[in-house]
Amino acid sequence: MKFGVVRFPGSCDEVDALHAARRVGDAELIWHAERDLKAADAIVVPGGFSYGDYLRAGAIARFSPAMESVIAFARDGGLVLGICNGFQVLCEAGLLPGALLVNTNLRFTFRQLQLDVVHADTAFTRACGVSANVDADADGQPRLSIPAKHSWGRYYADADTLDAMEQAGQIVLRYAAGQNFNGSLHDIAGVCNGAGNVFGMMPHPEHAVDELIGGSVDGLKIFESMRLAVEGARQ
Amino acid sequence: MAIQDSRSDTKPAAGVDAPLPTVEDALALGLTRAEYELVCAKQGCAPNLLELAMYSLLWSEHCAYKHSKKLLRTLPTDGEHVVMGPGENAGAVDVGGGLVCAFKVESHNHPSAVEPFQGAATGVGGILRDIFAIGARPIAVLDSLRFGEPGDASAGQSGSPVAGEAGSPGTPGATGTRARYLLDGAVAGIGHYGNSIGVPTVGGEVYFEAPYEHNCLVNAMALGLAPRERLVRSAAAGPGNVLVLFGASTGRDGIGGASVLASAELGSGGDGDHDKRPTVQVGDPFEEKKLLECSLELLERGLIVSLQDLGAAGLTSSAAEMASKGGVGIDLDVARVPLREPGMEPFEIMVSESQERMLCVVEPANLDAVLELCAKWEVNGSPIGEVTDSGRMRVLRDGQLVGDMSVAALVDDCPLYDLRPRKPTEALYAAPPARAGLTLQTAPRDILLAILSSPNISSRRPLFEQYDAIVQSRTVRRPEQADAAVLALPDGSALAVSIDGNGRRVAADPYTGTVEAVLECAANLACVGAQPLGTTNNLNFGNPEKPHIAWQLSESVRGLGDACRALRAPIVGGNVSLYNEGATGPIYPTPVIGMVGRLPDAARAGRLRFSGHGHEIALLGPFVPALPASELDKLRGQALPDGLPAIDIAGVRAAQLAVRDAVRSGLLDIAEGGVAVALAECALAGGVGAEVELDGSIEALFGEGPGGFLISAAPGSLDALTGAVPLIRIGTVGGEMLRISAGAHSIAVTLGQLVEAHSAFAELFA
Repeated sequence: MKFGVVRFPGSCDEVDALHAARRVGDAELIWHAERDLKAADAIVVPGGFSYGDYLRAGAIARFSPAMESVIAFARDGGLVLGICNGFQVLCEAGLLPGALLVNTNLRFTFRQLQLDVVHADTAFTRACGVSANVDADADGQPRLSIPAKHSWGRYYADADTLDAMEQAGQIVLRYAAGQNFNGSLHDIAGVCNGAGNVFGMMPHPEHAVDELIGGSVDGLKIFESMRLAVEGARQ
Repeated sequence: MAIQDSRSDTKPAAGVDAPLPTVEDALALGLTRAEYELVCAKQGCAPNLLELAMYSLLWSEHCAYKHSKKLLRTLPTDGEHVVMGPGENAGAVDVGGGLVCAFKVESHNHPSAVEPFQGAATGVGGILRDIFAIGARPIAVLDSLRFGEPGDASAGQSGSPVAGEAGSPGTPGATGTRARYLLDGAVAGIGHYGNSIGVPTVGGEVYFEAPYEHNCLVNAMALGLAPRERLVRSAAAGPGNVLVLFGASTGRDGIGGASVLASAELGSGGDGDHDKRPTVQVGDPFEEKKLLECSLELLERGLIVSLQDLGAAGLTSSAAEMASKGGVGIDLDVARVPLREPGMEPFEIMVSESQERMLCVVEPANLDAVLELCAKWEVNGSPIGEVTDSGRMRVLRDGQLVGDMSVAALVDDCPLYDLRPRKPTEALYAAPPARAGLTLQTAPRDILLAILSSPNISSRRPLFEQYDAIVQSRTVRRPEQADAAVLALPDGSALAVSIDGNGRRVAADPYTGTVEAVLECAANLACVGAQPLGTTNNLNFGNPEKPHIAWQLSESVRGLGDACRALRAPIVGGNVSLYNEGATGPIYPTPVIGMVGRLPDAARAGRLRFSGHGHEIALLGPFVPALPASELDKLRGQALPDGLPAIDIAGVRAAQLAVRDAVRSGLLDIAEGGVAVALAECALAGGVGAEVELDGSIEALFGEGPGGFLISAAPGSLDALTGAVPLIRIGTVGGEMLRISAGAHSIAVTLGQLVEAHSAFAELFA
């Protein structure tokens, strides 16, 4: 199992994502100017400020040579995880529905958050079921503790799209009650595409993989889920 | 500026002749008459405009430290952990495992007073460049901010502090408008730069005091990590080697920043300085991110001889200082510098402070590889000159000489001045306005809530939430989790870092107040279990040419030296920011101290909180609380005392050693607000109450002083500490209330009431 982590000029969390992925498999960086995805089984588009994000978050990155390959990889059913800026890039690339708007508080905000796992059976959440290692909320849904940090994280889609996504089970993660600081519609923290192989989330799972640093390992479940999905598909 | 043309009629130059500048032009650029005459003597004739502009910058206070250098030479700079001391872009200490930690604090006060967002942002950009200029990857930023009073967060309470009559921009006359505007802009600017470049902002401090109203302080500290052998110095070497400029192109922004902004008093504040906005640079963190990665890759691949960032005074100071350190000369052709706009004059190119630029020296054989790497990172690599053995700084335009100076004269021959310190005979600072209804007779519970909700004490969460504190995956203790930030190292150990400097106490007693600031930093490190390795400092003072400021400065530096010697935490670098005063007088003298330490086991880093019900609470250390210069005395409108009680530095150090080695479960040093506030902070952090009984009176509750720690631990585990250091058991953790009694005084508050008071600051952003 090998992860490829895309590195744009201006990426900030690519090394964190690389090390998080290496806790469950192999991982390698992919330079934005390269088209070769280095035989990766899954791709991570990491957080940061790709190309400075001066135009609109993710608007330039989607045109990079590496992203052309990632888009083709996703269309072929490959697993793609977008984190924060990566989520924004995937929306700009048309791989995920909706858009990320500026936070309602108009400020960059960093917080450790509680997230409800709406569907614990996707390729990105199948290791998130309630267990000795995963807490449950009042409704018995699994709950993850993962930090978020961004200025543009307010998930938006039109009402019809949102309804369709709810019906199709594409709303995978929600901010727990009282945790939605950015004003996302339907408290959306993470969504997948209709085929279920592309997933974007604003919180940073790669920053919740070590008890020592951050006090939560819940983010590891996302990477572990991807490993299970890739290895399950092989069998 | 008076300069219109840099061409000279005394030297071969392109274009038409231009008149030589006069002594009046030199005065306008900040030189004195005597300094101008000395420049003429060094040059052998009157300098042309380019030369005069370069001298005026390198001989400014900002570059030459002409009023502080003699004092700074008294500071301790050697120690077992020191790898690189003052004089390089940043200092560095050995942290084991083949790694060094580079760190430095620097100010961007005057630019931030003029334009807070860009001023603060480029302050962060500048200090980060200092770190990677010596080959270290920046791993953390901290900031130390001072503003005027922000007004009263709690509506209904009157007696809002002074300030604000010249609030700008903002509602005229609104109390605290200017302070809030500056705070908001500076915090957003720091976040913008640090967040965007992927370096976590892990700590910092903010204080609000009236003397900073017209002259805010924005100091930023950065830390970096490097393999020891990767460290690089800035000395240019090897005649025939090529000088390569890379990074952003050069424009007309920031011209004259070092002399006009950094080395003179500000005007009346606010509107008076609006015409200086063009001298503030604009930051581009994306450009710097590429510059950072490119610089580190150049070093990793061994492609460059030396490296230097472009900061104040741009190419002028970078090139001249590289040449001076290497004992060589430099020929530099301004026509080869990539420009943002056409028609820039040589002097403009030489003094531009455009951000995000670096200069390196390259052997000719490596030039192609260097330019190729610059192309990969899209950072505009351009060979602009070469190292010579002439000892001259020669500036050319299209091969024609337009300026010729001795490197030694530029860098080393600026006259140094002796200070004329004299202790002032009367108080320099007015007593703060009293909070209505707050006296020593007020119920202690209400005093506690008033202090907790005051701007200097209330929770900083609304500020630090705007910073990414976790990128790079090293942050073991985030803001508000401990007294110091803790960053994991690869071998399981950790760095701890703290920044501190209570200007009010330094104003009361420059020597003792500075000793306290250094001890406070070390106490913060002790609370997470770390031993100090080295210290950096930023000396923020008023105009040193005035005897009372000279006295503050010399006493403060004496205290800094004594405290660092006692703690064996030598000074490895720092910065001086003088002339911080305007029409309303000087700032509080504010030495900002940054200290870096190491703890052997990251997993055992201390936390600021009560954890277990039933844990014992104790006061530890030679703590003698007193009210003068305390937060409570400020709130009740007391003038500053003339002097603080003398400190038993050795006793405080012994307490810190005991704390560092102790079993740690909940630990906090007692600082602003005294024991009652420290108890409240531990209760808030742990979400659990406590019952405490203190000896004595109101001083025991709210008095301040160095050397005290609040510690909580499972029953019995404090026994190991008994005898080694003064320790008094004062109570027990538990319940939903904080109950404190001290003689006839008693306090009983719920956790909810504490939370409400402590979050008062959030309203400043409403």
